Amino acid sequence: MNTPKNLKYSKTHEWVEFTGEGTAKVGLTDFAQQKMGKLVFVNLPMVGDELSPGEPFGDVESVKAVSDVISPVDGTVEEVNEDLLDAPGMINDDPYGTWLVKVSGVSSSDDLMTAEEYEAFCAEEE
Amino acid sequence: MEKKTPLYDYHVSSGAKVVPFAGYLLPVQYTDVIDEHMAVRTRVGIFDVSHMGEVIISGPDALKNINYLFTNDFTNMTDGRVRYSPMCNEAGGVVDDLLIYRMNQNKYMVVVNASNREKDVEWMKARLFGDTALEDISDSVAQIALQGPSSEKVLAKLTDASCLPEKYYTFTDNCEVAGIKCLISQTGYTGEFGYELYCEALDALKLWNALLQAGANEGLIPCGLGARDTLRLEAAMPLYGHEMDDTVSPLETGLDFGVKLQKDDFVGKSALIARGEPQITRVGLKVTGRGIIREHSAVFIGDEIIGNTTSGTFLPFLNGAYAMALIDKEFGTLGTAVSVDVRGRRIAAEVVALPFYKKSK
Repeated sequence: MNTPKNLKYSKTHEWVEFTGEGTAKVGLTDFAQQKMGKLVFVNLPMVGDELSPGEPFGDVESVKAVSDVISPVDGTVEEVNEDLLDAPGMINDDPYGTWLVKVSGVSSSDDLMTAEEYEAFCAEEE
Repeated sequence: MEKKTPLYDYHVSSGAKVVPFAGYLLPVQYTDVIDEHMAVRTRVGIFDVSHMGEVIISGPDALKNINYLFTNDFTNMTDGRVRYSPMCNEAGGVVDDLLIYRMNQNKYMVVVNASNREKDVEWMKARLFGDTALEDISDSVAQIALQGPSSEKVLAKLTDASCLPEKYYTFTDNCEVAGIKCLISQTGYTGEFGYELYCEALDALKLWNALLQAGANEGLIPCGLGARDTLRLEAAMPLYGHEMDDTVSPLETGLDFGVKLQKDDFVGKSALIARGEPQITRVGLKVTGRGIIREHSAVFIGDEIIGNTTSGTFLPFLNGAYAMALIDKEFGTLGTAVSVDVRGRRIAAEVVALPFYKKSK
């Protein structure tokens, strides 16, 4: 499994990249996309929506199931990845290169894991 | 404690995702639902459907019994034919839907849904009359479905040409496939050309491996329950517990072709007549907005609930989100715009013709 070292990870399988002063990108991990299977629909929040750590901000769907995407951070949605609306499979193809939302005003986050911690966590979930 | 089919070890060793279903441990997918779905639409796939139940009804009064137990009419059926039928309760609801194979005039094989097997066997036993025997042979029988446009090419490699059932809903019996004794019917639950093969449970793995090998050049892959469900939904085939149950009548869910009200008395007949013209109808919905509609979602016109979805998901071959629903029949006209509640969000959809997918001739 591919787990980039520069990212932080949540127990609900989102990744966060802290990109600057109070800004972050959020996406789904490789483990999450493998568990879901090919994604066929992504439901994203609106620009300007307020996020809270531990609260769902959207969902992703495969043929089999729908799964909430939980925000690992607080803040305001600055941008949503609209390419995903037509091509949700981008998440399967490149989970760490495909962000769902860009967030600003981030001041707090869930308990996030390092890459090493997250790999151990996934090994236990398998 | 879930039961294992004769192919359980294969499923596990192949890396399939195995889940409990209808009392059995069965593969939901081997690699990917969409890939498996597309293999059946464009090439060929095999499914372990050994969880399905098989019941033999035999004796001089067998025909009278099945004509009483089931809603279809079997009077003019000939040997080697297969017929679909609902089985109703006294209120006109559905106990199960079944396939009936005529082995000879005094012997019929009835194929039932796995999840209903015990209920069905008890139901039928309690209503048998005259000189008739009923035997549940499910545990000694394995069933493998070979489905897809290349099915015939694959099966022809393993059996004599005379063993290939020529028409839809016919079967051949005591045929050797790769040296294994099989009953072969041209039937399936995918909306695609294909066969269902019944053999002794002990021979199942050998037959499975022979099919895998014979199909290798045709792109045959094993397919799980996930693809079985998306394929049957794309072909708009009803599933017990979804499009029908013990409260929904076969007439309400569009199965009137399997109900012969003009024949002599049968279980549910008077209730079906008393219920009159169905007030609900089974329709297809195509999502015109954004999102995916699944089962048990309320269907609206404006603020009025007109029914509920019974099955729904993203359909891989059609590459879109579709659902079936039971709704008030006055809103069943093709093109009617509706909306469906999905976790508090309204998704726009339109009533479209069933089946969503029909194979090309």
